[in-house]
Amino acid sequence: MGLDEQKTAPSVVRADAPWRHDAKKDELRVIGKPIRKIDARSKVAGLTKFADDLKLPRMLHMKLLRSTAAHAVIKHIDVSKAKSMPGVKGVLTGQDMPIPFGILPVSQDEHALCLDTVRFVGDPVVAIAAMEEEQAWDACRAVEVEYQTLQTIGSSHEAAATDEPRLHDYGVRGNIHRLENLEFGDLKDGFARADHIREDTVFFEGNTHLPMEQHATLAHFDKDGKLTIWSSTQTPHYLHRALARVLHPLPAHHIRVIACPNGGGFGGKSDPFNHEIAAAKMSMLTGRPVKIALTREEVFWCHRGRHPVLMRSKMGVTKTGRITALDFESYLDGGAYGSYGTASTFYTGALQTVTYAVENYHFRGVRFFTCKAPCGPKRGHGTVQPRFAIEVQLDKVACDLGLDPAEMRKQNLAPRESLTANFLRIGSMGLGACIDKVVEGSGWKARRGKQERTKDGRIRGLGLACSSYLSGAGLPIYWNGLPHSGVQLKLDRSGLVTVFCGSTDIGQGSDSVLSWIVGEVLGVDPLGIRVVTSDTDLTPVDLGSYSSRVTVMTGNAAMQAAERARDIVARGAAEHLQVPVNRLVFADARVFDSENPDKGISFQDAVIAAEARCGTIGTVGSYTPPKTAAKFRGGGVGPSPSYSYSACVVEVEVDPDTGIYRVPKVWMAHDIGRALNAAVAMGQIEGSVYMGLGEAMMEEMAYRDRSHKGHRVFVHKIPSLLEYKSPSTMEMPEVVTYVVEDPDKNGPFGAKEVGQGPLLPIMPAVANAVFDAVGVRVDENPISFEKVFAALLAKKEGKDARFGPSLGKDGVPQVDFGDSLKVKTPWQGGDGTAWNEPKRDKKAAK
Amino acid sequence: MLRLPTFSYHRPKTAAEAVRLKKEHGKDAMFVAGGTDLYPNMKRRHQTPTHVISLQDVPGLASVDVQQDGTVAIGAMCRLSDLERHAHLLAHYPAFAHAVKEISTPLLRNMGTIGGNLLLDTRCTYYDQSHEWRESIDFCMKKDGAICWVAPGSPRCWAVQSSDTVPVVCAIEAKVELVSPEGSRTIAASDLYRDDGIQYLTKKPEELLTRLLLPAPGNWKASYLKLRRRDTFDFPVLGVGACVWTDAQGVVTKASIRLGGAGSFAIPAVDAEKALLGHKLTDEVIAAAGEKAMKPARTMDNTDLDVYWRRKVAPVFVARALLACK
Ligand SMILES: Cc1cc2nc3c(=O)[nH]c(=O)nc-3n(C[C@H](O)[C@H](O)[C@H](O)COP(=O)(O)OP(=O)(O)OC[C@H]3O[C@@H](n4cnc5c(N)ncnc54)[C@H](O)[C@@H]3O)c2cc1C
Ligand code: SF4
Repeated sequence: MGLDEQKTAPSVVRADAPWRHDAKKDELRVIGKPIRKIDARSKVAGLTKFADDLKLPRMLHMKLLRSTAAHAVIKHIDVSKAKSMPGVKGVLTGQDMPIPFGILPVSQDEHALCLDTVRFVGDPVVAIAAMEEEQAWDACRAVEVEYQTLQTIGSSHEAAATDEPRLHDYGVRGNIHRLENLEFGDLKDGFARADHIREDTVFFEGNTHLPMEQHATLAHFDKDGKLTIWSSTQTPHYLHRALARVLHPLPAHHIRVIACPNGGGFGGKSDPFNHEIAAAKMSMLTGRPVKIALTREEVFWCHRGRHPVLMRSKMGVTKTGRITALDFESYLDGGAYGSYGTASTFYTGALQTVTYAVENYHFRGVRFFTCKAPCGPKRGHGTVQPRFAIEVQLDKVACDLGLDPAEMRKQNLAPRESLTANFLRIGSMGLGACIDKVVEGSGWKARRGKQERTKDGRIRGLGLACSSYLSGAGLPIYWNGLPHSGVQLKLDRSGLVTVFCGSTDIGQGSDSVLSWIVGEVLGVDPLGIRVVTSDTDLTPVDLGSYSSRVTVMTGNAAMQAAERARDIVARGAAEHLQVPVNRLVFADARVFDSENPDKGISFQDAVIAAEARCGTIGTVGSYTPPKTAAKFRGGGVGPSPSYSYSACVVEVEVDPDTGIYRVPKVWMAHDIGRALNAAVAMGQIEGSVYMGLGEAMMEEMAYRDRSHKGHRVFVHKIPSLLEYKSPSTMEMPEVVTYVVEDPDKNGPFGAKEVGQGPLLPIMPAVANAVFDAVGVRVDENPISFEKVFAALLAKKEGKDARFGPSLGKDGVPQVDFGDSLKVKTPWQGGDGTAWNEPKRDKKAAK
Repeated sequence: MLRLPTFSYHRPKTAAEAVRLKKEHGKDAMFVAGGTDLYPNMKRRHQTPTHVISLQDVPGLASVDVQQDGTVAIGAMCRLSDLERHAHLLAHYPAFAHAVKEISTPLLRNMGTIGGNLLLDTRCTYYDQSHEWRESIDFCMKKDGAICWVAPGSPRCWAVQSSDTVPVVCAIEAKVELVSPEGSRTIAASDLYRDDGIQYLTKKPEELLTRLLLPAPGNWKASYLKLRRRDTFDFPVLGVGACVWTDAQGVVTKASIRLGGAGSFAIPAVDAEKALLGHKLTDEVIAAAGEKAMKPARTMDNTDLDVYWRRKVAPVFVARALLACK
């Protein structure tokens, strides 16, 4: 629906007043309306150009030869035969790009092509460009690589037990990449005041993003010495930095990165990738455009998805279920490289306190290097696994205490406008309202615990879980004091408004968000706005489409730029109309007198008047998140301008004879602050439900671990779309979505995130629902049929009705976490700094 | 998965010409029907024919003919989606029509043919992988390698029979017609297969499968039950084809139970069959037969889903399939 189709209540926000986050709905003409996305028709018609659709004259095709060894030293590479194969134009090896890179400054541990060590099956070793893709592939087969294999590190347990060989020569020690130990408040006192203490060990297997679009890159180093890269990336700015680093001495301002529309990202296109850098280098080598389009298997090697995490959680609660103390340990299997892993490690501890008040909190986290495709950020980055642990544990606590899990959670809610034990600043908080919605919608009170039978003999169960997520990370990935988001606006005498922004639309609708916000402020049809994004030559820096930051951060920047533009245009219009500026209103593509709405001019004429008055019109806006309250080391991960909240109820039907279950229905409520467009927001919520169910029911990055005559094979078990199981439309249940709006003062028009949060509660809700149905606990995600069956069998045999990791000492790897960094909570009078200086790093380092 | 490699594409206009082309190019040539099995295999470089002989122009292979004696002849090139909706098949061979409908997805069934489905390559999670993946395990004996990763001590390949229709056509004692340069012959469908993951067919490579012949309806009732993770897309990890012949009193006079997805061919569950003979299909008889069904099965860790679980739940599935024969 365009603006012209809805000439209802005129806007009452005057041209000199800033928009308020809690503006009334009837003041808004674009925001909140179900307008179609600006790129929707092209996408639906198949006309959107993704990176793999691009072609340039004289373009070469590149293929990577990847490691067949899980861990080895490269003794020798012979490319002589490959070089003389038909069509071959260029061959690169690691030595051609010796400078390491990585997304985080603290882990610059990747090479575009492996230099001397390969660390997992799939690590790239040689790049070959040829006239045809098949020729490049054939030439790769003609390369001879001599490996000297090293011990494979296949799991967190193995990594903890193996000091040598190390996968990397940096990190804490051995194969430990990161180690964190943070304590807030007084754990001893907290547990002493608890009426009930529970300890649980749970495991969350890794899984991957599975975007429909496989990564592709086109690089062109032109004759004027400028490099242009078109790529399926969520983070053109970070890719730009990595290219400038590795391609040194090519100056950064000679590099142009254009992020193509992403056919799904979910975090999997947030790292700078080896194939992107190799394609750039290959274009420099050959002087021709070079394209690489990854196969599906290669997308599995790129990975950067969900970490496998083992967790041990000890929770102390009062009789009514209030959490007096939480002692949480997480063990992350990081795969072969650092990636975002440092942040992931902190995220497994950061947000436990944001949903329910936790009086005293201790977090220990460790990340290992293993010979697997590197893990990184996937939708819900690092917070998904602990959310599973906590929500399942709360369900058990409620069961232990005989409480209704929904009521118990409601009594525990973290207060709005408060600081948590670990100094995260909560703003608006609609979790209570979310719980109410799903409890009512699902008939929770009446239907839970009834074990009704379906016609075909399955048993019904309901499970509830909640979550929260950040609306953008409070700190950037590399230290700097600059804005996180910038927007430029150009207003043209044709009436055209162009928005320039570095953000990338990965299908979530961020281009549309820019148009809605600018359209609202300037009173023009958003579908008529031109949005130019993610081109490092043209658009101001935005850090990227990750951590659910785009709507809040670019939104605020766009709002500032638009309000500035409105000022300029208003002054031109005021002069033209002879009306005071503060009486002007922008709406319906007009600028008019609020006291005499007939007196006005078209938006275009107002722009012309303003341009005549003060010259070419362009404005800028930028956004920097509020300063964080956490000042201790490690306090940089977790703070956000605002937190979204979700609650869901999942219904399952379990076949008690086989463990096979279905999910017929899900109720999901999400506190989004304000829905800029409820239809698009609901799309994000339903997408999260779908992805969450995939994680809950079947998705896993399983590895084949076989040995034969001393040769250990360690390789991704099922890197294909058919065998890496993800739900089909047949598994997608009916979803009842509730959009809860609790506007937050830090969000544009009060908006908070929606892209990630609603995924989190699905997995624990499924586990809790299975328990409600058949009385068994599956403490391991995915909650596959086999595990439900195994738990049912255990129950039948009178054993612990549970499937999960060992509760004993061997359940988690043995790690010396050293002393904790101690921080007083706000209610102990803490100021966000640590009161001790633990020496653990020195003591522990060998 | 890579893109398709380069190959020559032939479109013979007669069966004789197709067979001749195959003979001429020998190992370098393969027939293609819908291509839903062959092309993915070529993209993974499992099968690398340089001559692909399409059967789409060969006349007379795409019809369903109800013969005078009540039997039904189904042309090998009949599309699966046509068969799943075919009125006569739905009315008289519901188990077969159901098995067809359980194959993969509607899109695949619009391309896939019954001939291709009957000749579907055996599958294994060590084999149905990209060339690069297989390179990293140094291949396996089904293609390019020396050992079997599923059972390294074993001299044979255990790749899995994965067609949904095969257990049913074997159970109901259907026949197939094969044409070669020497002429045509008709054999029992179950004689088309052998217990080997590599040489899983008994037919000669140049033999063309022309027709599937279903027996006339009579005093038998069949069923097919498929176990898989998702309700679409997935190959069977267990496919129970069951057929029961009864007398006027409902006493079982003959039974045939075939287990697909449980070994390299559709394995007869002989003990379970015996347990039904001379009995009526009561819940107790059925449950007892289910328990005996998996003895001859050869489930291994080379399909989706846990191998232990697959064995454990199989009796439930066999019993449910038999229940549907009541
Ligand atoms: C994602 C996916 C999922 C699938 N799921 C299932 C499933 O659930 N169940 C299932 O049973 N199958 C499944 N299949 C396999 C396949 O789609 C079907 O078995 C289909 O029926 C094969 O028929 P086709 O005509 O496409 O065979 P083709 O690929 O054309 O041929 C298959 C083989 O048979 C040979 N051939 C074909 N016709 C003849 C003939 N008339 N005479 C001699 N040789 C011949 C070919 O040379 C080739 O070796 C799946 C495939 C895919 C890609
Ligand atoms: S069963 Fe053994 S030989 Fe056969 S495909 Fe699988 S791994 Fe290869």
